[in-house]
Amino acid sequence: MDEQGRVEFTKEMKKDYRILIPTMLPRHLKMLAALLNAYGYHAELLENTGKEVIDTGLKYVHNDACYPATLVVGQFISALNSGKYDVHKTALFFTQTGGGCRASNYISLIRKALVKAGYGYIPVISLNFVGLEKNSGFKLSIPMMRRMLYSVIYGDVLMVLCNQVKAHEIHKGDAEAMADKWTKKCVDQLKTPGILPYSKIKKTFSEIIRDYKTIERDNVQKVKVGIVGEIYVKFSPLANRFLENYLIEEGAEPNMAGLMDFALFYIYGRVLEYDMYRIHKKSIHILRLAYKIFVKKQQDIIDAIHKESDFDAPTPFAHTVALAKPYVNYGVKMGEGWLLVAEMVEHIDRGTNNIVITQPFGCLPNHIVGKGVMKVVKDRNPGVNLIAIDYDASASEINQQNRIKLLLANAKQEM
Amino acid sequence: MLVSTNREDEKEDATLSSGCVYVGVDIGSTTAKLVIRDGETIIYKKYERHYSQVRAKTLAMLEAAREYLEGKEIKIAISGSAGLGVAEACGINFVQEVYATYALIKEKEPGTDAVIELGGEDAKIIFLKGGVDERMNGTCAGGTGAFIDQMATLLNVTPDELDELSLQCGKIYPIASRCGVFAKTDIQPLINQGVQKSDIAASIYQAVVNQTISGLAQGRKIEGKVVFLGGPLYYNKGLRKSFKETLKLDDEHAIFPDYALISVALGATIFASNQTQSFTYDDIISSIRASLSEKTTVNTMAPLFKDAAEREEFTNRHALENVEYADIATYQGNAYLGIDCGSTTTKLVLMGENKEILWSYYDSNKGNPVDVVKKQLIEVRTLCGENITIKGSGVTGYGEELILNAFHVDKGLVETMAHFMAAKQFEPQVDFILDIGGQDIKCIKIKNNAVDSIMLNEACSSGCGSFIETFAKSMGYKAPEFAKLGLEGDAPVDLGSRCTVFMNSSIKQAQKDGVSVENISAGLSVSVIKNAIYKVIRANSPTELGDHIVVQGGTFLNDAILKAFENEIGHPVIRPMIAGIMGAYGAAIYAMESASADAQSTLLSLEKLQSFTHTSKAAVCPGCTNHCALTINTFSDGGKFISGNRCEKMKNGGKRKAEGLNLYEFKRKKLEEMMGGTVYAEVDENTAKDAAKTKADGKLTIGLPLQLGMYDLAPLWYGLFTDLGFNVVFSGFSSRNTYLAGQDSIPSDTACYPAKIMHGHIVKLVKQGVDAIFAPCLTYNLDENAGDNHYNCPIVAYYPELLKDNMDILNETIYFQPFLNINDEKELAREFLMLMPEKLGKFTEAQYLHAIRAGFERYHKYHEELRAEADRIVKEAHGKGMRIMVLAGRPYHVDPEINHGIDLLAESLGFAIITEDSIAYRIGKIPTKVLNQWTYHARLYSAAEYVTERDDMELVQLVSFGCGIDAITTDEVRAILERKGRIYTQIKIDEINNLSAVNIRLRSLLGALEMRDREK
Repeated sequence: MDEQGRVEFTKEMKKDYRILIPTMLPRHLKMLAALLNAYGYHAELLENTGKEVIDTGLKYVHNDACYPATLVVGQFISALNSGKYDVHKTALFFTQTGGGCRASNYISLIRKALVKAGYGYIPVISLNFVGLEKNSGFKLSIPMMRRMLYSVIYGDVLMVLCNQVKAHEIHKGDAEAMADKWTKKCVDQLKTPGILPYSKIKKTFSEIIRDYKTIERDNVQKVKVGIVGEIYVKFSPLANRFLENYLIEEGAEPNMAGLMDFALFYIYGRVLEYDMYRIHKKSIHILRLAYKIFVKKQQDIIDAIHKESDFDAPTPFAHTVALAKPYVNYGVKMGEGWLLVAEMVEHIDRGTNNIVITQPFGCLPNHIVGKGVMKVVKDRNPGVNLIAIDYDASASEINQQNRIKLLLANAKQEM
Repeated sequence: MLVSTNREDEKEDATLSSGCVYVGVDIGSTTAKLVIRDGETIIYKKYERHYSQVRAKTLAMLEAAREYLEGKEIKIAISGSAGLGVAEACGINFVQEVYATYALIKEKEPGTDAVIELGGEDAKIIFLKGGVDERMNGTCAGGTGAFIDQMATLLNVTPDELDELSLQCGKIYPIASRCGVFAKTDIQPLINQGVQKSDIAASIYQAVVNQTISGLAQGRKIEGKVVFLGGPLYYNKGLRKSFKETLKLDDEHAIFPDYALISVALGATIFASNQTQSFTYDDIISSIRASLSEKTTVNTMAPLFKDAAEREEFTNRHALENVEYADIATYQGNAYLGIDCGSTTTKLVLMGENKEILWSYYDSNKGNPVDVVKKQLIEVRTLCGENITIKGSGVTGYGEELILNAFHVDKGLVETMAHFMAAKQFEPQVDFILDIGGQDIKCIKIKNNAVDSIMLNEACSSGCGSFIETFAKSMGYKAPEFAKLGLEGDAPVDLGSRCTVFMNSSIKQAQKDGVSVENISAGLSVSVIKNAIYKVIRANSPTELGDHIVVQGGTFLNDAILKAFENEIGHPVIRPMIAGIMGAYGAAIYAMESASADAQSTLLSLEKLQSFTHTSKAAVCPGCTNHCALTINTFSDGGKFISGNRCEKMKNGGKRKAEGLNLYEFKRKKLEEMMGGTVYAEVDENTAKDAAKTKADGKLTIGLPLQLGMYDLAPLWYGLFTDLGFNVVFSGFSSRNTYLAGQDSIPSDTACYPAKIMHGHIVKLVKQGVDAIFAPCLTYNLDENAGDNHYNCPIVAYYPELLKDNMDILNETIYFQPFLNINDEKELAREFLMLMPEKLGKFTEAQYLHAIRAGFERYHKYHEELRAEADRIVKEAHGKGMRIMVLAGRPYHVDPEINHGIDLLAESLGFAIITEDSIAYRIGKIPTKVLNQWTYHARLYSAAEYVTERDDMELVQLVSFGCGIDAITTDEVRAILERKGRIYTQIKIDEINNLSAVNIRLRSLLGALEMRDREK
């Protein structure tokens, strides 16, 4: 352990250590795990949920830390406690953005919790792209990063289609079953050794789109609800109490932008910082290049959806960016920053007038870009229904549901 | 139009019936309402408490209305926060309550702009004009009706009496309005200080109003025609008055309809009338009846006792933990009196020479501790008669000083010490004391027979004991009875473990699900305990607490709580049978230990007690710009006791003890110099004068809001704009009024107080007539090479951006909130060149560069002065043998309203005070376990490291409530200090204006330090 209390993940460990990944985006991360395994790691996506996870998290994380930290720590420690793993041959894996909000300190919170729980020897691997922590046993190669990008693409495609179909499927479970089927297929593909050309990926997601078209759907007009928010709470059903499913049960059609947008926000944010403050001078060319690549990939998804189907496609990122401009300065970059505002406006732009803003209780950036912009978004878009919902270990579900019901009642009346 | 024609329960001519009636049921958090409508006529209405028997009550109410329903075609809808479960279980349509209200108001009060509805625990605002918008209280906003009830209990009056009292008020005291628990913390000391009940009553209502405005309206103005609904607003005239006055509404614009109580149910009938589905009376009754037995899934836990044997062992074991008693009637000789004047209860103990208890008293202080203590002192003096001599007396608790002065008690001691002294009697090896009282949780860790560390609950999780009491009452039980039921719970419901407000919501959920009172009571006990262990003590395993644990405080007299605690930590603990009076017992022991053999007690004699009277009045301290709200207590012997003051000035004939050993003062002085005299960001008659002054010299005026990052960078921006030829003015220091001036535009009520008070600073500057306001957004703060990065926190970085979108008043001026990089002078000049609004003039890049350099020169000079002054203070304190406190927080904690005068309090306790930013530079970057990425926080870590190298320094960390970053930093600062065996003290600050808890903490720190010194 070094001065900072960090245990390095060494080359030795790579051989036989099991790497546990928390459930933030179940499908995306399942693919990520598979692809790590293709490169010789032994990764596993955690699937433990429920009260046990929350209780364990509360036990090991400061009360005032945000809810995602509680859940991530809870999931890790309760998995380690379960006896399922050889704790001396286990490592944990988490992402770190290096941004100015607390989230960059989740890793330290995880480490502190590990020490408290008696697992101080377990290494925690930080996945970050800003050179925060380095591990000799964990290195990202270019082909690996490329495949990671593919898994993001697949995850997003599946999420976008699944949500649209699920609200209208005639046979309950069809949409999820298809997502499961394709997750498996995509995993198999990503695991395949050798060269994996992008053309293959393009072909696959076109197939996914076509396959989704075959699911029998009704023509009922449903209330469309856009979900925006803090990235973990927005995506993780563990955190948002299966918000998407709840909305579907209540007769609505949930909709949210994918992980690609966050990746683009992250890269483009640094480009913007160069423009604004003349920082990141050394990496600006790489950043611009990466931005171009990601935008192109997103465009491919959009084109494929338009070509193959009449499903709603993601909004091109450049348009998303432009939408935010009248509302928020691009300098607001901590947490989800201006992207959160952009996503709200993007929903409105697509005709989705009902938006749920999900956030951990007391989330700092969301004071600014969540609740802070509600007034201006409403003022400029009369008729839009916005609610902010705080998620927390102790937040009462009935309170949350009550408010969502209010949103839906309003929306139905307007329909 | 609906016409409500008849009084409650009155039978109506049923011949009106068209054969179809509309039924609306509203099941709220505490009450259920039923309305039956035939056509446009209300034929039946009922409003009752449901005592959490939600389904049974619904059934009973419908059955009671049988004659209006039987044989009719019934269209029905259920609404209310606890109604969802009933509706789902019975297959009846549910209508969201705000939506029901909305439908009703549209029909009954066309032209309404806003509706304010306060219920038992819910608060709602519906805006009808300019885009319908509904706001409900979120997860962190205390109830209102339940809160008022709770406050009435605290004052020992009925809610009706509270209302009466409020109408006679003379002075409004600031009471935190964020949530019930906070407000309670503010009210309690007022009670203890003897403030008039009428003033407190009105202040409570005002707090509710403020909470509604800042918590719910969230930046939207409440104006035009406003309809007020719900029980509290229907019943409480004082509350109506406060709303009308605060919102500046006349009678025409403030509507208090006669259906205010049943509005949601009435709204539900409208919804019902649009239903196609209809029922018969029997349908409804049988489906609700069927749902009575239906078990829903609720998170439950194991019962408190495994079996009867375990329960017996428990009872027998704790029965042994007792003290000796002696009969006061036969005892002869010396005795010692201990008084614990707590936040909600008063305790007295008379103790004999062998520490045996001769007499004791424990009861609620009934909102007037002085009277209670007087009565009991007379009682005990009478009982003592000739045979017993009271040799010494000691007092502890919240009301310590008041009682000490009123009755000439010999000794006062901080309550943590009192508890330690008492606990030692039961377990000489005690290493951990957990005290849960009515209002507070105290944890005392003992090492080497000295208090090692003290933890007090943050304001957010306080109120546990009294919470159970109030909740028991709301369910129709007495607290002990309610607690006993908990022992019988077979499957305690899991209510979560955050603050009590959250528990309220969870209880609501449990009620909805039909959980039994036994299991709610047991669940509540477990929650209180989990709250104490994991939130206050923040322990991970029982071994962390200690091996010899003594639990005490009135709350532990409750067996369910005690067992829940033992279950949670996994081993038995000692609960003295006198758990409720341990503070008083400790005070008596202290009195005995400090009384010399020939000493005479100064405690008032029986004669003097009998003629003792006491009056209190409110006043504002003229001593300094803090303008403390004082309560002056005058006693019949001419003695006076003044409370509410931050400093010692009033007690020392208008002089502060040690002028000059306070770097906070120095910082404020430096800022005052820049501002040209003391300025407060208050909007008042002086604002007009300021406006005239602002325009005097013909130059353009730039206004700088003195809050958040501005507190540190003020010299930079002042220097920069002055150099460019502007007239620069500051909004000034904050006060409570600053907050109130801007509270109606705050969008997120859970943000920290420094952020929320920014709104008032902006209002002040705009009203002052500045030409422009400058509030930069700085993602990155200055890089002081002391961390891995140099961010600002998201709030400091971007709050100016939020203000832009939420403060319409900014349209009256030029608001300049550029995103800047201040780490590169040339780059900064380029940014100014690009971003400076044209109306403020044209400058060249060179001019900007010159101005920036001038600004930085000022900034660095300011910091050098700080360091030099810190050195002077340290040297002088060293010479005088004073303890030095590094009062560490953020630069803006220097603000007198943000820190509520904590620096002055610490000064009065004999500390010399310096800041983290005056010593951090001595250390630079240190290795930390957290990502050290914020400039201000890096200073904290470095300062903590420096303190560990100095024996004469202690670090006390100030933390703003709601500061997410400090969830990270506090642990790290603690770790840095404790690694070297130093004491870590944390003080959480918010709107709460009361320093009692801080006082306890700082005095406990002093006590611990003194004990440590003695050990050495």
